[in-house]
Amino acid sequence: MSMSAGSATDASAVEIAGLHKWYGEFHVLSDINLKVGRGERIVICGPSGSGKSTLLRCINRLEDFQRGEIVVDGMVLTRDVRRVDAIRREVGMVFQHFNLFPHLTVLENCTLAPIQVQGMPKRKAEERAMHFLERVKIPEQAGKYPNQLSGGQQQRVAIARALCMSPKLMMFDEPTSALDPEMVKEVLDTMVALALDGMTMLVVTHEMTFARQVANRIVFMDAGQIIEVNEPAPFFARPQHERTKLFLSQILH
Amino acid sequence: MDAQTPTATAQSAAARAYVRAAPAPFMRPPPATVGPLGWIRASLFPSVGSGVLTVLVAALLVWIALPLIDFLIIDAVWTGSDREACLPTAERPVVGACWAYIGDRFAYIVYGSYPIAGRWRVDIFFAMLALGSAWLLWLEAPRRDIGSVYFFAFLPVASFVLLHGLEPIGLPVVDTALWGGMMVTIVVASVGIVVSLPIGVVLALGRRSQLPAVRLLSTLFIEFVRGVPLITVLFMASVMLPLFVPDSWSPDKLMRALVGVALFSAAYMAEVVRAGLQSMPKGQYEAAHALGLSYWQSQRLIILPQALKVTIPNIVNSYIALFKDTTLVFFVGIFDFLKTIEVARADPKWSTPVTSATGYIFAAVVYFVCCYAMSRYATGIEKRLSTGEKR
Repeated sequence: MSMSAGSATDASAVEIAGLHKWYGEFHVLSDINLKVGRGERIVICGPSGSGKSTLLRCINRLEDFQRGEIVVDGMVLTRDVRRVDAIRREVGMVFQHFNLFPHLTVLENCTLAPIQVQGMPKRKAEERAMHFLERVKIPEQAGKYPNQLSGGQQQRVAIARALCMSPKLMMFDEPTSALDPEMVKEVLDTMVALALDGMTMLVVTHEMTFARQVANRIVFMDAGQIIEVNEPAPFFARPQHERTKLFLSQILH
Repeated sequence: MDAQTPTATAQSAAARAYVRAAPAPFMRPPPATVGPLGWIRASLFPSVGSGVLTVLVAALLVWIALPLIDFLIIDAVWTGSDREACLPTAERPVVGACWAYIGDRFAYIVYGSYPIAGRWRVDIFFAMLALGSAWLLWLEAPRRDIGSVYFFAFLPVASFVLLHGLEPIGLPVVDTALWGGMMVTIVVASVGIVVSLPIGVVLALGRRSQLPAVRLLSTLFIEFVRGVPLITVLFMASVMLPLFVPDSWSPDKLMRALVGVALFSAAYMAEVVRAGLQSMPKGQYEAAHALGLSYWQSQRLIILPQALKVTIPNIVNSYIALFKDTTLVFFVGIFDFLKTIEVARADPKWSTPVTSATGYIFAAVVYFVCCYAMSRYATGIEKRLSTGEKR
């Protein structure tokens, strides 16, 4: 399958316009404008505290924002609880610390939301969960509890759990940052496979190899602003902005 | 200067590196640190000071325990039908505990003045309660979902019908003024236990709510009740309520005390549950929300099951406190277990020098056994939970 850039279709999966967010006096996000096309894979990088995670968390309203507009899959994100829930059903999220539910088995983690939120019959939800657990290559762990798995396995379960809701967009918030080095690859491989299947993805990560391999575009953020957006090859070869150059020189050796 | 031969490389490496050829054998620990002897040395006589303390404490225990055993068992009177059995006589100058009196008044201590013909109803209530408690407390029991419906929905209704009576089905009504003894203590404690947890959960969620009115009301209720002694709540319920409510509306005395006890313990339960809720990592809420679960779904399916599990030991501690606090209903004229002991103690038929002591010791033993059982249960759960986390 082709992984070339520019496969985005005309309709956008996410449109962010003039987004501002403050924590008290602190301006965390400043005038963010970003369109994510369907099937597009965007990697967001930048120094810590630059607002990358906050931006993701605004899209499914884990965080509030004060000004601007976010449209997800044609739906304008408002404070209305039903609208927020409708958008969350379309957006899968994978967290840095996995956030699996420790009192439920792997299978139950994956079937909970389809049964409770989508009203899917239990049998069907389990079939679907097993399908995605096979996709992330751990069907044999279905009966175990999250604490019995390694970090890499837990993160793959978290990916399967999000996929079980058939999201139109998958967001990854530093999915490999909390992992031991030898487990990073298994999670990245899963994400690459997902990208090959054409999933729309927004990924906050420092894994530049992954960005080079998978992203259509790379967004560089610093101090709450988008500094530079470009396709991977020119982004790494000819960064335009000083801060981008500085960041890349620190992160690539 | 040329490349060395492989053999030469290996030799020089061998000269530089220390490489063990075989695992070192296991060594036995020094004899004085293991086994019973090691335990005695480490726990009882680790130093001269500790050794002296060990001996002193052992002497103190013997000094207290021997007379107690004499009084409770060796000199005790086990049979008899009235005070004659427990009076000191010429050939038996020292009389221990008068257990015969407890045996004689046992029915009164358990049922109070509940009509003798209807006491089978109380027995069935005890049996149903025991079944429900065992079902819920035994964590591996089958179908605990049915168990909780039985305990929280069926049992309260069935108990009320059984104990209070329902004329249409042929159970004569027994006025609560006749209820008494162990039965009342158990009714008050179990109503408090069953009612305080759900109310406490609601109050705890309310206090953490984002809606200011809900938060304010919950906080006010919790802080007000926690700032007032239980006895005040009971006096208010039994003395002040009738002043404001017409006689025909006024619920009966026991019911008022039950409501007082339940609301009082609910406020404490709310704080215990809130601590559990606060111990939940933020990520659990976020993951639940990100999956599209609503507030109530996340609370019911994700947060509360985990939060309540980690608070079980604290919840049981509250229950222990509640169980002991039920003795206070005595002050608003309800014949609980302790009150029946009080009454039986004053019975002239059993008036002897040891009657009071026997009655109070019996009460203490019963309360201790109940509370200690709860405490052991909480410890067991705590151990299980901590191994569960290490899993």
